[in-house]
Amino acid sequence: MKYETVIGLEVHAELATKTKIFCGCKNEFGGEPNTRCCPVCTGMPGTLPVLNKAVVDYAIKAGLATNCTITKYGKQDRKNYFYPDLPKAYQISQFDLPLCQNGYVEIDVNGEKRRIGITRIHIEEDAGKLIHDDYGNESMADYNRCGVPLIEIVSEPDLRSPEEARIYLETLKSILEYTEVSDCKMQEGSLRCDVNLSIRPVGQEEFGTRCEMKNVNSFRAAVRAMEYEQKRQAEILDEGGVVEQETRRWDDVRGVSTPMRSKEDAQDYRYFPEPDLVPIVVSDEWVEEIRKTIPELPEERKARYVNEYSLPEYDAFILTSSKKMADFFDAAVKEGAKPKPVSNWLMGDISKILNDKELEPGDIPFTPAQLAKMIALIEKGTISNSAAKKVLDAMFAQPDDPEKLVEKLGLAQVSDEGAILEMVNGVLAQNPQSIADYKAGKDKALGFLVGQVMRISKGKANPQIINKLLKDALDKA
Amino acid sequence: MDIYQLTAHEIRDMIKEKKISSKEATQSALARIHAVEDKVESYVTVLEEEALAQAEAIDANIASGEAGALAGVPMALKDNMCTKGILTTCSSKMLYNFKPPYNATVTEKLLEAGTVLLGKVNMDEFAMGSSTETSHFKKTKNPYDITKVPGGSSGGSAACVAADEAYFSLGSDTGGSIRQPASLCGCVGMKPTYGSVSRYGLIAFASSLDQIGPLAKDVTDCAMVLNQIAGHDPKDSTSVNIQHPDFEKALTGDIKGLKIGVPKEYFGAGISGDVSAAVHAALDNMKAEGAQYTDMSLPLNEYALPAYYMISSAEASSNLARFDGVKYGFRAEKFDDLIDLYCQTRSEGFGAEVKRRIMIGTYALSSGYYDAYYKKAQQVRTMIMNDFTKAFETYDVLVTPASPTTAFGIGEKTSDPLQMYMADICTVSVNIGGLPAIVIPCGYDASGLPIGIQIIGKPFDEATVLNAAFALEKTITKVKPNL
Ligand SMILES: [Zn+2]
Repeated sequence: MKYETVIGLEVHAELATKTKIFCGCKNEFGGEPNTRCCPVCTGMPGTLPVLNKAVVDYAIKAGLATNCTITKYGKQDRKNYFYPDLPKAYQISQFDLPLCQNGYVEIDVNGEKRRIGITRIHIEEDAGKLIHDDYGNESMADYNRCGVPLIEIVSEPDLRSPEEARIYLETLKSILEYTEVSDCKMQEGSLRCDVNLSIRPVGQEEFGTRCEMKNVNSFRAAVRAMEYEQKRQAEILDEGGVVEQETRRWDDVRGVSTPMRSKEDAQDYRYFPEPDLVPIVVSDEWVEEIRKTIPELPEERKARYVNEYSLPEYDAFILTSSKKMADFFDAAVKEGAKPKPVSNWLMGDISKILNDKELEPGDIPFTPAQLAKMIALIEKGTISNSAAKKVLDAMFAQPDDPEKLVEKLGLAQVSDEGAILEMVNGVLAQNPQSIADYKAGKDKALGFLVGQVMRISKGKANPQIINKLLKDALDKA
Repeated sequence: MDIYQLTAHEIRDMIKEKKISSKEATQSALARIHAVEDKVESYVTVLEEEALAQAEAIDANIASGEAGALAGVPMALKDNMCTKGILTTCSSKMLYNFKPPYNATVTEKLLEAGTVLLGKVNMDEFAMGSSTETSHFKKTKNPYDITKVPGGSSGGSAACVAADEAYFSLGSDTGGSIRQPASLCGCVGMKPTYGSVSRYGLIAFASSLDQIGPLAKDVTDCAMVLNQIAGHDPKDSTSVNIQHPDFEKALTGDIKGLKIGVPKEYFGAGISGDVSAAVHAALDNMKAEGAQYTDMSLPLNEYALPAYYMISSAEASSNLARFDGVKYGFRAEKFDDLIDLYCQTRSEGFGAEVKRRIMIGTYALSSGYYDAYYKKAQQVRTMIMNDFTKAFETYDVLVTPASPTTAFGIGEKTSDPLQMYMADICTVSVNIGGLPAIVIPCGYDASGLPIGIQIIGKPFDEATVLNAAFALEKTITKVKPNL
């Protein structure tokens, strides 16, 4: 049978506020265990939370950027459960009055626009982390992450394939990054997601039974988990079985998910209004203040790249899907480089190096001005494209002025016609057969001869000049 | 007269006038503790050396002219208020070894004011109880009759003040935990308006009801202490940011024209004849001072007790969940796995009453029961608050008994929780309404046990309540316990 997949996602994003959600501790990643906490975020008896207003600001900003309605009278609730990484034994979250509701995100699926509903965005605190000791069979708790502010963005079940879900996640990530709500550092876990997936026979209105998948730590893992899950459910239905509603744990190493708990074992979190905090009352003025701080979002920027710089739609999408990348692009163009070559370098070699090194666009070690200069050197003919790749590697290894690097690495292109002509003549003398082939109309021969000259020049001769001189010589021969 | 018998404001003034030193006041209180603590058992921790050292340091400050408003006055704190590096047990096995890494805001404020901390006093475990009998450590006795309870949960606070073992003390009041023991021990106890004193560092029982307040020898002491502890605290979101008047200066004793409402529901079945008579006699005294009183009705108050037990137990079930044996306090010695660690630790670490409330509260918040219990109780709370708001359109204060009876016998009600819960019948609705209320002694029964009267005021109108109590106090002859 043919099935349609239905996916809803719950994305947790760490907010980039300076301090934690309920205390004055710095909101920074890492640090020695238990050095970034205080009596409040470690839930010492008698301590009380005080809501960091910036958390509300950031959440409203995320809500406005995803077309949500902002709740005028919100509250916070306690979600009660026992776990050693949760020192109060409850998480302060939002239950029935989330800060933002009923929004949407527009995504672009193969050129087709799709609107994905956002059910709600709520604020909550992160828990700590358990570290399992390999030697003594002991678990230790690190509370540094306790009280790190999070927003949970819950989508409607509007996604129809893992690929759509991936595009939605990328789009959401870029919105959060553009608005600077989150720094979206995947390695540091600042963006995590839970997946809800069901399938139904094509044409059926009613949703199938859904399974929730936890422990999905990257977008790549999310796509793999969804592909696995839709296949698993289809196999069950094909065999005449019934999909059980359950929560499953994704194991990215083994590429499988395993049951975590069934619907019957679902925890009762006994939500109730947090009595230690006062209601969150959001005025229209407050919302408007925040609306003013929302920058150009990826969709608008993409349109600008297509219209102003005549970049292909695809290039514009890739560039703008990361704010840091797009900022780098804009800055390099501002330095005088032509948009298309900047885009090509960013999307091509630079992205590849970033991927290989597991870096993010924000980690590019050299400046946009340095990239612009490198491109100028290519255009002036000072370096060849292949030499430029070596310069780029050098810029990643030890950022410096491209001109200096070209000199240091001896990559300057030979454009002296006399010197090149000498090489051309030498090659022609050694390859009479190629001359004959060229005369007989075999264009390939020219390529071979260019290659030979290039080889003798150790790759430094200007290919355009080689071409011109070779053609002149062949025509005369 | 011995120094320890003096009131806190007398001590404050004498120290200021250099008639006595803080060290002398402290030594006298410590000597009194040595003399009667065997009988009263109000302290969990006595800080003898620390208090003397503190007193000496304050005496030095006074000599150099840098003394706080209550410089040198020795006092005791209920053992659920955090004191940095000093045991804070909530009278529970669960926290038998817990030394907080920080000071509660009230601790901080009183230390800044120059008071001397004599020690931490006993209470019902986690403030759950009305007799201080649920304490894991000891049973505090009523100084007026050591076969009777001091009331609770701030039984240690009330008993230590009544027995002159401290010049004043702080208690916490969730459903009557300051006022009921004040009534039973014949001292002055005040629960301020919810939000007027910071709860930061008070180990929570029921967050939406808990409020810290003074237990004192007289109304002036009460006003004087409230002056120091009231006020907005940025660390407590529920503390209200309003400027409070000087409560001590508000004590003019003039109550001419004061309109008193006397809710008839507080004089019905279960209220002893002695109590009812003493309260009415006190009302007549107030009338003689120029106030006027009228019988009136608070029809919804009878639902306050059940609503209170739902809300307070629900909040407690969540507030006490953090005591799991993982980070601090008691941990069971034997357990198989994580869940067993929780189960064993909490089974062994909590007493029966605490476990009962946690179970009631957990049940009330469970999905499927939430609407019928917790939500319903919150709706009742709103209705009771409206009842009060309406009453205060007509009356300046309301006057009721503080406890249905005088002090009852130790062990008399421990086997019947419902009987015990009825001990709070006169006080809970004030917490439900978030209102300020004071209790002062207004007489003694045939066996010499104190009878308390409660004066309830409008939100943040502590000044009127205190002044009414001050005027009444002048008409009452107080009797010290004979220890
Ligand atoms: Zn902190």
